[in-house]
Amino acid sequence: MDLGFTEEQEMLRTTARDFLEKECPKSLVKEMAEDEKGYTPELWRKMAELGWMGLAFPEEYGGMGMSFIDLAVLLEEMGRACLPGPFFSTVVLCGFTILEAGNEEQKREFLPKIANGDLILALALTEPSARYDPASIQIKAVPKGDDYLISGTKLFVENAHIADYIICVTRTKNGASPEEGITIFLVDGGSAGISTTLLKTIAGDKQCEVIFDNVRVPKKNMLGELNKGWGVVEKLLEKATAALCAQMVGGAQAALDMSIAYAKERVQFGRPIGSFQAIQHYCANMVTDVDGSKYVTYEAAWKVSNGLPATMEVSMAKAWVSEAYRRVTLLGHQIHGSIGFCMDHDMPLYFKRAKAAEPTFGDADWHREVVAKQLGL
Amino acid sequence: MDFRFAEEEERFREEVRAFLKKEVTEEFLMGLEDRGELDFSREFTKKLAEKGWLAMAWPKEYGGGGATMMEQLIFNEEIGYFQAPTGAHRQGINLIGPTIIAHGTEEQKRRHLRGITAGEVVWCQGFSEPNAGSDLASLQCRAVEEGDDYLITGQKVWTTNAHRADWCHLLARTDPEAPKHRGISYFLVDMKSPGITVRPLINMVAAHDFNEVFLDNVRVPKENMVGDKNQGWYVSQVTLAGERSQIGLPSSCKRTLEGLVEYVKETKRNGEPLAHNPIVRRKLAEMAVEIEVNRMIAYRVAWMQHKGLIPMVAAPASKLFGSELLQRLTGIGMEIMGLYGQLELGSKWAPLRGAMARMHMYSLGIAIAMGTNEIMRNILAIRGLGLPRA
Ligand SMILES: Cc1cc2nc3c(=O)[nH]c(=O)nc-3n(C[C@H](O)[C@H](O)[C@H](O)COP(=O)(O)OP(=O)(O)OC[C@H]3O[C@@H](n4cnc5c(N)ncnc54)[C@H](O)[C@@H]3O)c2cc1C
Repeated sequence: MDLGFTEEQEMLRTTARDFLEKECPKSLVKEMAEDEKGYTPELWRKMAELGWMGLAFPEEYGGMGMSFIDLAVLLEEMGRACLPGPFFSTVVLCGFTILEAGNEEQKREFLPKIANGDLILALALTEPSARYDPASIQIKAVPKGDDYLISGTKLFVENAHIADYIICVTRTKNGASPEEGITIFLVDGGSAGISTTLLKTIAGDKQCEVIFDNVRVPKKNMLGELNKGWGVVEKLLEKATAALCAQMVGGAQAALDMSIAYAKERVQFGRPIGSFQAIQHYCANMVTDVDGSKYVTYEAAWKVSNGLPATMEVSMAKAWVSEAYRRVTLLGHQIHGSIGFCMDHDMPLYFKRAKAAEPTFGDADWHREVVAKQLGL
Repeated sequence: MDFRFAEEEERFREEVRAFLKKEVTEEFLMGLEDRGELDFSREFTKKLAEKGWLAMAWPKEYGGGGATMMEQLIFNEEIGYFQAPTGAHRQGINLIGPTIIAHGTEEQKRRHLRGITAGEVVWCQGFSEPNAGSDLASLQCRAVEEGDDYLITGQKVWTTNAHRADWCHLLARTDPEAPKHRGISYFLVDMKSPGITVRPLINMVAAHDFNEVFLDNVRVPKENMVGDKNQGWYVSQVTLAGERSQIGLPSSCKRTLEGLVEYVKETKRNGEPLAHNPIVRRKLAEMAVEIEVNRMIAYRVAWMQHKGLIPMVAAPASKLFGSELLQRLTGIGMEIMGLYGQLELGSKWAPLRGAMARMHMYSLGIAIAMGTNEIMRNILAIRGLGLPRA
């Protein structure tokens, strides 16, 4: 057993932290929350130059051939930096879908471009039912000649408004079970009939309502097999959830670091507030939550990385981290007093991200139910 | 024991409720929202004054209604339930008015109380400073005598409504040599005085509620000092005479819970109303239980005050419980809404106009304002339970 990171992984972490501290200061994060696009092409380009977009893709598709654990390290740092922009949707949500389900031609066409930073992608999965189960996929794709026509509404689609391509999970058949009859398409973001509206969210991320009105997609843009898409989505959700947990862990660690630093520096009653037992207990609770979150996440990521069955561990991680991240940021706010209640402060960035991440890919209750099923209940 | 209110009290509740139902409409609240003044309405405060309810529990000789603590409790409960704006009178009615009544000169009473009971003069509280939060007595803002005046110089922070207020009650140091609690005086300062600069601080809900206030040689006549020189700490401690139940928190939570109950009944997920989901049911039922517990704690505070007892444990317990309950309830509300919980006002998909996320964020401030929950626990333990100081 080895619960440590390799030297390369530690180096990746240091490089990422230094780079993001310099290139993605919190001032930029706050600016991007107000910005319509939500990212800057300069930072995007620099990240691509570092090889981050293709980090976990095989070398034959322009990637660096590193592992999912390596990516988790990077995502943790991105969570710490509150990195805005389309990295998660492009690389994790869409890159992995193409890698998993795409045919050779699709992989050769798209993955190197993603790795180069030439493409921005969005995954259109959730609908107004806002769930992550197969029954919630209602948007229709019907064949017409050499094409399919997609019609319906997707909701909470991150970065659809800037996406070159939208990966859309559709229903092509009402099968015997909801899993049957789901098909995935790679849709050109500029296709006629797509309209996107930005939603106003607490974290200032760029989630959209996307309406597909008879959007024409060539059959060759189908990702994976007809009617067999749910298996792909399931696998993807496992990876995405583990990836999100890594990002959340990074955020929780940052909120903890900030709170400890403040507890040491802020003086009231002639002594640092960190000398009050109430504050010390808060810090102790926070670090317990953060450490617990880390290793349950690393375990899940390690299983994913090694292709082992990870359903149970991923759900355990999300069930725990969803609530731990929230608890940590709440205590962090409490430690900061009024100064943390200001828009300009960094604490709210983490609090809002924690609240936004909670329901994403299923909240704690959702994942506890998965765990219950895994227990044979 | 009798958990019922008297008949006249019930009649009074009905009257207040009918009035609030008419005045605090969805439309009215949306109007405040649009102006970015969620908790502030001079017009509404004025209407309460016209009804004779604003200062209902003040003594009659000072323009109050001479009502009992239980009547005040009922009124506050209904105001909380309707989530009505109280920002334009809270400071005046609960803090500065009672302070002037207890410690003010006849001239101060004549000059200031009527404006408060009439709902015409808005007050803000200039206590906190950058380095004096929980440790308020370490404040540095200086007041120096010059002829018939004091010249006040320093900085206040987190001053709610300073940008809307007519007057400020503030603490300043008049004897820097004395031990920290004994060199502070209590002043009434006209916000139009030269030398005052108010700078907005935007909170994490993106609202402009509180401010920084800079004072640069602000001239305040000596007659505006409340109580004796260097007695400001003592004076500021006795502002606690008003109704202290904090009933507004559980009653506002009750309204929010009712909104959530409606929401889960109406909202279907994959064809099934959320209300059928056992987890949702359990969470909402748990909240109903907590709200009832909180209501009883708050009732007990008011009842003790009604009986002339001092609620040394119950009063801080109520504030603690209420602010943390609000945090749990609104957090659970967001959870139940799932992905929708993160939507803010301005999204057509936002349930309850984004109120749940907004209230959840505000709940963080409530656990800090008016003495943090940690300080509340200290006070409860030391003063309420007689535990030794650390
Ligand atoms: C929404 C809002 C409105 C406000 N409006 C006003 C206003 O109108 N006028 C005004 O004067 N002020 C106002 N305040 C300020 C408020 O009263 C102070 O913020 C509060 O007293 C805490 O001070 P602080 O923020 O400096 O935190 P600090 O005192 O620095 O506290 C930081 C942390 O240390 C903890 N701590 C401090 N001392 C102890 C101790 N002895 N034991 C254990 N823990 C301790 C605190 O509980 C907190 O967790 C407002 C605040 C908010 C959030």
